[in-house]
Amino acid sequence: MAFLDHAARTIFLTEFVKGMALTLKYFFKKKVTINNPHEKGPLSPRFRGEHALRRYENGEERCIACKLCEAICPAQAITIEADIRDDGTRRTTRYDIDMTKCIYCGYCQEACPVEAIVEGPNFEYATETREELLYDKEKLLDNGDRWERQLALNIELDAPYR
Amino acid sequence: MIIAICFYIFATILIGSAIMVVFSKNPVHSVLFLILAFFNAAGLFVLLGAEFVAMILVIVYVGAVAVMFLFVVMMLDINFTELRKGVQDYLPVGLLIGFILPVEMAVIAGGWSMTDGIASTITAATPPVNEVSNTAAIGSILYTDYIFLFQLAGLILLVAMIGAIVLTHRKRTGVKKQDIGKQVRRRRHEAFEAVDVKPGQGI
Amino acid sequence: MGKYIDIFMNWAFGYQMPEWAILTFGTLANVLLVALPVLLAVAMIVYVDRKVWAAIHLRKGPNVVGPFGLMQSFADGLKVFLKETIIPAGANKFLFLLAPGLSLIFGLVGWAVIPFDEGVVVSDLNVGILYLFAVSSLAVYGIIIAGWASNSRYAFLGAMRSAAQMISYEVSIGFVLVSVLLCVGSLNLTDIVLAQKNVMFGFNGFFFTGLMPMFFIFFISALAETNRTPFDLPEAEEEIVAGFQIEYSSMSMALFYLGEYATIILMCGLMSILFFGGWLPIIDWEPLYMIPGFIWFFGKMFFFFFCFAWIKASVPRYRYDQLMRLGWKVFLPVSLIWVVLTSGYLVFFCKFAS
Repeated sequence: MAFLDHAARTIFLTEFVKGMALTLKYFFKKKVTINNPHEKGPLSPRFRGEHALRRYENGEERCIACKLCEAICPAQAITIEADIRDDGTRRTTRYDIDMTKCIYCGYCQEACPVEAIVEGPNFEYATETREELLYDKEKLLDNGDRWERQLALNIELDAPYR
Repeated sequence: MIIAICFYIFATILIGSAIMVVFSKNPVHSVLFLILAFFNAAGLFVLLGAEFVAMILVIVYVGAVAVMFLFVVMMLDINFTELRKGVQDYLPVGLLIGFILPVEMAVIAGGWSMTDGIASTITAATPPVNEVSNTAAIGSILYTDYIFLFQLAGLILLVAMIGAIVLTHRKRTGVKKQDIGKQVRRRRHEAFEAVDVKPGQGI
Repeated sequence: MGKYIDIFMNWAFGYQMPEWAILTFGTLANVLLVALPVLLAVAMIVYVDRKVWAAIHLRKGPNVVGPFGLMQSFADGLKVFLKETIIPAGANKFLFLLAPGLSLIFGLVGWAVIPFDEGVVVSDLNVGILYLFAVSSLAVYGIIIAGWASNSRYAFLGAMRSAAQMISYEVSIGFVLVSVLLCVGSLNLTDIVLAQKNVMFGFNGFFFTGLMPMFFIFFISALAETNRTPFDLPEAEEEIVAGFQIEYSSMSMALFYLGEYATIILMCGLMSILFFGGWLPIIDWEPLYMIPGFIWFFGKMFFFFFCFAWIKASVPRYRYDQLMRLGWKVFLPVSLIWVVLTSGYLVFFCKFAS
């Protein structure tokens, strides 16, 4: 009887029909695609995207040129040169991140004592040339100004877990 | 007029490609020219109104036989300099055969004559084209008058096929082989057993 | 078509064309009238293909270019057209460029004998089905020449696989065709369609008779014949990186795709002609004949194409030895036995259409 049963299953391709029915069912299901540039998926507050240098509310840059981020960077993507500014505070004269080297580990963000260098939520910054990916201080500060509201919100949201 | 033009086009290409089959240096090109020749022969058959034969020619020779040729020839690894070494030695023999064959053909063609009775049967065997399609006509001759010859031809092919298999097939021992029927027949209870394992005892 | 051209020329310019001109231009117009829509259909069917896979994968598929992404194929075509054609240094230039053309031509010439409706056919050949069989057996040349002329290992492997696969499945396709021909008694495709009228319980189409298993064999063999999944070993991206088309770029690769899809739609058309009564409605019921025949025909073709896409989205690729086993050890004997059964039935009940 088991033999007959099996033979019938083989001849009528029941398993194949079952599989095809399953895929047909999926054909009519609701699609899960997000219409990407027009719709975005959710991002965690901890998302590690493009770097930014933040400022205080009065417009003073946060970075104190402690070089902790440069020291911890496993890919050695960060280059910092520091000097004493005219008002006697220690500031960076040069803050470069080579985005082609960066591995987006987020250690720089962890190391920073003043929450100056952060990895923001932006991940759509493809460029046409390699040179555009060698970020300097100006570009990073500019990023910080552009994304400040989101960056501040993310830090606030993540604060309870730190 | 169109038919005449077509005939000359087909015939020219046919002869040209047939010559190229022999003369082209690359064996793959030879086979491709052979295919072109088959095609043009099929074209000539169509012009004659023998569309069944034309299609069979394309299916059997171009579609199957020539693919096999191509298959084999592409796999060949020919060293042309090695191949051309013996040309001097073989030239006389080749020329001799090349001379004898046309002479023989000429003798046969010169002495060709038909028995009186045959001519009438040949014309009688062809029914009018617009009444019986020539597929049906071929069928009704092949399976009545020539059935034994037809079966014999089939038998010869069968013997050749079996012979080829017998010659090449080796029974190898000690080789793991997949038995698909066995795999498909496998059921859960044959491969899987639930054992109640007591703690600290193992199975 | 020649008749209409003649009438038009008479009406517009008062010019009476000679006989040969009517014949030539009429045939040319007929050919263009079929070939151009087929090429257009190929572009659209690629879109349908992608949409169906996407839907089964729970994706949306192309939806950006034009309304619902309908223009996607044309955008792709334009993009491919603007790319550089690269010819490998070791390649045989002439054959390398000939191969894609061949595969497109063999995809298109088959359409010459496909009847879209009663009498709507470019050439109502007496041996139509043999012609189609011949054309489908030639399709292998495009691939095998491409594989050899590319002078690449991967391409060659793909071509070899393809040649063996196509020849193997041609055999069972041949037997399926024979069993249909036995029931009809004619090689003409129009006759084959007309013979299916009210063939069983008011259904039109041999599918509803004892030939049903033959249909499934034909369907699966058609998948193998057109190199579709689960039998897409010649191009198997994961093993031989696109096989025979690995060295092709730009338009020459696009021609392969055009040819492949033209053959696929041709096979869909063939299935509806052989087993589902071509332009006849599925059920032999008078009101259904109100719908024009070509709509039935296209509807059936579309359904089969949907099945092709559905299968491609559902099943994994066969392994090579399994493919050969299926062709030679399953399909060949089964179709052979079915031919014997069919002819036995026809002889026993004296049903041979002479």
